[in-house]
Amino acid sequence: MSIEQLHKMNPYCLAQQEKESILSEIVIEICKKHYHQCQDYKKIVDFYGVDLTDANSYYELPFLPVRIFKKYNLKSIPKDKIFKTMTSSGTTGQQVSRIYLDKENALLQQKVLLRILSDITGKQRLPMLIVDSPDVVSDRKLFSARGAALMSISMMGRNPVYVLNSDMSLNVEKLQEFLEKYGEQPNIMFGMTFMVWQHFYQELKKKNLCLDMKNTFLLQSGGWKKLQQESVSRERFKEEITKVSGISKFSDHYSMAEQNGSVYAECECGHYHASIYSDIIVRNFKDFSVCDIGEEGIIQVVSCLPNSYPGNSLLTEDIGVIEGIDDCPCGRKGKYIKVIGRLKNAELRGCSDTYAAKY
Amino acid sequence: MNNKEKYRKVFQETFEISGEQIDNAEYTVTAGWDSVGHMTLVAALEDEFDIMMDTDDIIDFSSFEVGKQILKKYDVIIDE
Repeated sequence: MSIEQLHKMNPYCLAQQEKESILSEIVIEICKKHYHQCQDYKKIVDFYGVDLTDANSYYELPFLPVRIFKKYNLKSIPKDKIFKTMTSSGTTGQQVSRIYLDKENALLQQKVLLRILSDITGKQRLPMLIVDSPDVVSDRKLFSARGAALMSISMMGRNPVYVLNSDMSLNVEKLQEFLEKYGEQPNIMFGMTFMVWQHFYQELKKKNLCLDMKNTFLLQSGGWKKLQQESVSRERFKEEITKVSGISKFSDHYSMAEQNGSVYAECECGHYHASIYSDIIVRNFKDFSVCDIGEEGIIQVVSCLPNSYPGNSLLTEDIGVIEGIDDCPCGRKGKYIKVIGRLKNAELRGCSDTYAAKY
Repeated sequence: MNNKEKYRKVFQETFEISGEQIDNAEYTVTAGWDSVGHMTLVAALEDEFDIMMDTDDIIDFSSFEVGKQILKKYDVIIDE
């Protein structure tokens, strides 16, 4: 089995057992490549005493703390093949993660992201609103990770309309013009979660405006940290947005720069699903053993996408729980998870440093 | 203008290229054909041929040559 074959399947068609065997084969094969092409990765694998030629499942792979990409330049490609360097500031500390992509890997990420999201919103490209300023993509010199994400996602829509002005104020006229034109048919709005809250919801509320966006599907990403600080839960977010806009269809996704593309998208039941391209293992806080369904722990992400850097098995700094396997009422197979929050820095530094110190 | 001429014109105007540069045009290689240029190209093709491509086809639209095959699905025949 190869990734090419996965592209021919529905991204949620495989039941967990079958998926684990197929994904294991692909991921272990890629890890073997990294082992030979990335010195540092080889050291880590050897330190753990894992023999990749013997491994049967991705559960056996060493998991690298995501922070490792802040300290070390891990890559499995020669310098001249680097096409794009993704950087992520993370949420703590000054150092940024550096993820080296060759062209093939960059395109693969984009393809998988769109395959996953279009399974949620539908294959047909719908008129699209973007809660951001056009400046974020128009000035290519300032092109950021956010701009790159927007460009990828805008492929799902038609003639995207940016509804924020350069100063991030809401362009109500533009929004209303869009709704007059497309409001009676299905359409998509995409935005970073916090920006939707701050620049769309708060603005409408302040202006005392109520819109009729009953046909709009709100697609969002970018994490909840900031809203959690303001005590805005996912549930409250949805309720409040519905109040001012009538939007009732939502999908968020859990993702990270270190494994771009294989995101965990939220289905209509509010569950975040692992696709056939990746999986989540929840690890016990103390001994890193595998947690049962319903048991909270640290999220480990496993993805078959990282091809130019050894990021296939990573321990995140997020706390989560497996909510169920193969039995979501939406019909999507595999695991579905809930992300609960982030590890406290103190605990984290310990575990991250322990791991880094091991080699 | 026939389809071939229209198809070439879209590439010429989107990326400001001509002649062989058009035949060899490739995503991420041709100057200007980055992800932003890609969406401009798709919009121009959709306008020119009055079609709407699926997301999958937009992702796979990786070169001038490959694009011809993809447009066939929408009954736009470039090479007679």
